[in-house]
Amino acid sequence: MNDIWQGLAQAARLIVARDADLIEIATLSLQVSLGATLVASLIGLPLGAWLAINRFRVRRVVIATMNALMGLPPVVVGLFVYVLFSRSGPFGVLGLLFTPTAMVIAQVIIITPIVASISHQAIRDLWADYHDLLISLNASRTQRIKALLWDGRRALMTASLAGFGRAIGEVGAIMIVGGNIDHATRVLTTAIALETGKGEFGMALALGFVLIALAVLVNLTVHFLSRTERGSRW
Amino acid sequence: MVSTILPLTVENIALRRRGRRILGPISWQLGGTGITVLMGPNGSGKTSFLRAMHGLERISDGRLHWSAPIDQTRARQSFVFQTPILMRRSVVDCIAYPLLLDGVSRRIARDRAAEAATQVGLAAMLDQPAQLLSGGEKQKLALARALVRGPELLFLDEPCANLDGRSTSDIEKILLAARDAGTRIVMSTHNLGQARRLADDVLFLYVGQLVEFGPASRVLQTPATPEMTAFIKGDLLP
Repeated sequence: MNDIWQGLAQAARLIVARDADLIEIATLSLQVSLGATLVASLIGLPLGAWLAINRFRVRRVVIATMNALMGLPPVVVGLFVYVLFSRSGPFGVLGLLFTPTAMVIAQVIIITPIVASISHQAIRDLWADYHDLLISLNASRTQRIKALLWDGRRALMTASLAGFGRAIGEVGAIMIVGGNIDHATRVLTTAIALETGKGEFGMALALGFVLIALAVLVNLTVHFLSRTERGSRW
Repeated sequence: MVSTILPLTVENIALRRRGRRILGPISWQLGGTGITVLMGPNGSGKTSFLRAMHGLERISDGRLHWSAPIDQTRARQSFVFQTPILMRRSVVDCIAYPLLLDGVSRRIARDRAAEAATQVGLAAMLDQPAQLLSGGEKQKLALARALVRGPELLFLDEPCANLDGRSTSDIEKILLAARDAGTRIVMSTHNLGQARRLADDVLFLYVGQLVEFGPASRVLQTPATPEMTAFIKGDLLP
């Protein structure tokens, strides 16, 4: 229990002192996770909507696979991306291994199925409500998807935030593809793992509290900007 | 308004669900002007018939012949559902949506939607979320949305079901105004009083079959079939 209080106090000290290392690590954490969330949302949200309104032969298999991929083991994803981007791998020439870009790629692979699955569920329910109306109004396929994405934006925001939550707390994959290199690819989660390994529990806990605070702050900011509570009556 | 999609010739259409025929075969012609009221007990096929004509149901047998190419007919007709389907938008944005689909600019679409809302008595609620309206207001919104494109043909599936007398009266006034403006209306109802007030023609369905059709003054006063006679008398039909 004492460690926890020490961790809280240390977190407060680091924040008040605007510790340069902490700011650098936290900033990179946010950049990588927000970048991955943005890319995953650009892929996952339209994919979820498309799967919700289209019927094709292997649709159920695709949806079941997508749902299963929500539980992708990050370490396996990290290993997969490592092999792809290592010197001898097919994309080794790009020189992306041990860079934030590789970390973003790994996180995109991990969270896209989450974003797509949650958005698919949300859009499917909305499509069930809107189906007859949009067909009756002669809306084109693109117009239908646009209407569903716009009217379902709050549920879709939740899907993106779920993806962000998974990304910001992820450690296994980015440890492998990023390498936890100081001043280069070190983020909050890998720093916590490092400090814990060194036996610096106070510092590890302090970084943990900062990580939680960041995650909460991003969620609150998004909810505030999108006026979720004001619009909840929709 | 001169119709470009009517007359509609319904040629032996039938609907089947899981191998069971739920409607037809029905042959009929929809033309002219005025209000045609579909009547019949529950399960007689009123809703299925309306949806089939509008293109919301896949027809198992038979054909629909429109007077315009099929790709031009949908945009010139509207459908009002028994339970209004409202988008998660404000009243004015819900009504403006069909115009946006047609490529009308957002500003003009909202102006025209505001006019349509005013005509159905929703002027004071333009910026309210549509989901918060009362049952009668929701149906008025659905009606305004259906009329905002100036359709040649309007289908309504029991638009006044579950509405009180005042809301029913408001809806009927809107329908009569639309009819007078030239919109051809086909609607279903259980309400004999409403049929007497609105119908120019009555079409009676029973067990998926078209049993009787004719001018309202004749069908409602001197029905030619035992089913329609029993329905008007309020007898229970098997």
